[in-house]
Amino acid sequence: MANSGFASYTDGCDKNFVQNFSGFDYVVAPSGSCVLHVKEHLHDEKIPQAAKHIREHIYELTGFLTDVLKLDSITANFPFRVGMHTSCHGQRMLHLSSMSEKVEPAFSKAEQLLSGVKGLQLVKPKRVDECCGFGGTFCVTEEAVSVRMGENRVEEHEDNDVDYITGGDTSCLMHLEGILKRKGSRVKVIHLAEILNAQ
Amino acid sequence: MNSQEKIISEIRKNKPAARPLPEAFSVVADSETMLDNFVAVLQSIGGTVTTIQNSDDIEALLKQKLESGLEVVNGLATLPYYNLDDYTDKDRTELEKVHTVLLKGEVAVAENGAIWVPEKAMGNRLLPFICQELVLVIEEANLVTTMHQAYQKTTVNDGGFGVFIAGPSKTADIEQSLVIGAHGPLALQVFITTNAGSVETECARAARHVPGSV
Amino acid sequence: MNTVIKDHSNAAAEFLQDKERARWHDETLWFVRAKRDKAAHNLDEWEALRNAASQIKEHTLSMLDDYLLEFEAKAKANGVHVHWADTAEEHNQIVYDILQKHKAKNIVKSKSMLTEECGMNHYLIDTGINVVDTDLGEYIVQLRQEIPSHIVLPAIHLKKEDVSNTFHQHIGTEKGNKDEVYLTRSARGVLRQKFLTADAAITGVNFAIAETGGFVVCTNEGNADLGVHAAKVHIACMGFEKIIPKAEHLGVFLRLLARSATGQPITTYSSHFHQPAKGQEMHIVVVNNGRTKQLGREEFRASLKCIRCAACFNTCPVYRRSGGHSYHNAVAGPIGSILAPNFDMKKNADLPFASTLCGSCSNVCPVKINIHEQLWLWRQKLMQDGYVSFAKKSSMKLMAGVLGNPSLYRVGGKLAREAMRLMPWSVNNKLNPWYKQRDLPAPPKQSFREWYIQNKKT
Repeated sequence: MANSGFASYTDGCDKNFVQNFSGFDYVVAPSGSCVLHVKEHLHDEKIPQAAKHIREHIYELTGFLTDVLKLDSITANFPFRVGMHTSCHGQRMLHLSSMSEKVEPAFSKAEQLLSGVKGLQLVKPKRVDECCGFGGTFCVTEEAVSVRMGENRVEEHEDNDVDYITGGDTSCLMHLEGILKRKGSRVKVIHLAEILNAQ
Repeated sequence: MNSQEKIISEIRKNKPAARPLPEAFSVVADSETMLDNFVAVLQSIGGTVTTIQNSDDIEALLKQKLESGLEVVNGLATLPYYNLDDYTDKDRTELEKVHTVLLKGEVAVAENGAIWVPEKAMGNRLLPFICQELVLVIEEANLVTTMHQAYQKTTVNDGGFGVFIAGPSKTADIEQSLVIGAHGPLALQVFITTNAGSVETECARAARHVPGSV
Repeated sequence: MNTVIKDHSNAAAEFLQDKERARWHDETLWFVRAKRDKAAHNLDEWEALRNAASQIKEHTLSMLDDYLLEFEAKAKANGVHVHWADTAEEHNQIVYDILQKHKAKNIVKSKSMLTEECGMNHYLIDTGINVVDTDLGEYIVQLRQEIPSHIVLPAIHLKKEDVSNTFHQHIGTEKGNKDEVYLTRSARGVLRQKFLTADAAITGVNFAIAETGGFVVCTNEGNADLGVHAAKVHIACMGFEKIIPKAEHLGVFLRLLARSATGQPITTYSSHFHQPAKGQEMHIVVVNNGRTKQLGREEFRASLKCIRCAACFNTCPVYRRSGGHSYHNAVAGPIGSILAPNFDMKKNADLPFASTLCGSCSNVCPVKINIHEQLWLWRQKLMQDGYVSFAKKSSMKLMAGVLGNPSLYRVGGKLAREAMRLMPWSVNNKLNPWYKQRDLPAPPKQSFREWYIQNKKT
């Protein structure tokens, strides 16, 4: 909503969020875009301290596992060929992985965690971090571009002959899944939390 | 209030609070591979490069062009066939007939193959652009690694005009297909006098009482 | 000509209808982005250079009045005429007056987005003055009576066949010959004649140097220099934000500009102008046209750091798939989307929404403009000032109501899930824009809350 220009309408949501999530040491979410929004925009005039605490202690899942729980990798079992989708907000704003545009050392919290998963073949698309095209309400207000972006992403993963596409943001995955299903593809989407949890 | 006053007063009202100017940018540049890098970059952008010890190759080139009946302008005073002064006041229609122009470059930059040519070295500002083929002569001693050093080595407003020239003119405006030779010269040839050599004729050298040839 | 200007969304949808051409456009521009990456990764100090460029520009904006006045004084001392234009119309008038004074009828022009912004070509042509764009890409679009679709690669939306047809029609090249060397040489021949007969030359300004009163023009083709040095009058037009403090700063900017724009280490020609040639007149027109307003917008003033490299265009997944003409402005792409609303919020309200806010643009910007953040901020401002459509507004208000009220959210969610399960056709239809080209996810049996309450260990 905020990304569509309606940040001023979000008071009700903010109030709810603070009410539901105050009093915890950390808040963890399996979605970079949600975490980013809360970090940058969560406010509550009545209990500003609570909102501030949440802003400073909310983490995306892979960031939480590597930075707070200090895990190097997670043992799991997922013997499949999986395409890695890098979600924009997690990567460029939460720095969950290095960015192809920048001259900086390569790293990826998600890949680090996935490195312990047995049988997993993780492959990257040609354009390693191009946006999938979801973009919130963009997916309906600029439907044609949104879909074309998603189709192109899907094609690159299909070129790699993957069984699954994974990523850290459910919105990206839902968008890509919609396109995969429409074209009758055998490729499925799976959140990387599910891979880390796979036995 | 005229427009200048209006614009300035609006800027004064709207500009942000003062921000400091950063220190001059410096980068540790490797000077050992300078010549090799310069040659490689210039070749990759469509220029031909030859390292020379003396002026023989250049004189041979001049002679060959003149013998083919082409109009040649030589801006190197130390070489024969020097005729730059004849061209300073020629008009554009006359200059259009010139085929080859030979000029002295002042500074060369290894990171991008660019050569600084100030107005005083070109005689007429139109010459280096209107010819079909441009030849630039530079000395290895005037080679620097980066643009930062180039701006230290030369004063760009020492004279009314100057240009960094990096290769022949080109364009990729037609479906991103590179074409060497757009509106400016179709070719650029560069001669680099290595530190061991010098671009002087035998006569000039003798006149300076330099023993032997290099 | 009174055509209704399509908004970005509709224009983009139309652009995408030719699937193969759209794919070619996207891949061609991605390749330019890739070349930029290669050039950037070649310099260990790349990010440090970006920082320096950003800081120099931010400093300059904070002392813009001093630098502009210093520039004017030095330029005048060099024998250059300096003019100030508050509006686009005034800019056009000033240029016209100079040309009139010299009875100039045939003009050659090198690339200047500023003159595009001011609509100068049309203005002059309407008075009977002949203006020829000499940059090959701009020449091509001028013959086609189009505007450039990219500020650095004006004809990037055209294929060789298109150029071949245009040249055959206007300059008599062989029909069907689409060899790029043949076409380029043909244009060279035609434009040489224009250079040799022009009464005046107009150029843009890549950088204006306060310290020396000079300015720099960068080209690959040599067309700016051929025009200027062959003519008796040189008029250089610049937006006032092109000013930089010192000549030494050109080291920073020239190392960043071409690498960011096309992946080249430098353009073929970087021409430094300080004094007019003997017998020549040199003029600079310093233009405002809304820039002081943008300067006063705290959230958006950083957009004035722009050096017009178009790296943001090349990386933008939306631009690559919609083409520059979808942005209905002289400057398109991400930077165009944060500059244009300042000119006219009503006409350009669609542009900040033509983005997924992926942030790639901000990462490639050589002067570190926070483009993606400004896109977001423009959305808020456009909404607050009433430029967002009523339909969007009321559906958002409804969403806010539901998401803000927990019981409504739970009921609403359960209803939606049940509806999707029992009556899939209610959402799986062509009226739902999501559904046009994508399937909807299968509705889960339980909400997370329901699952959690059922499964959590007490």
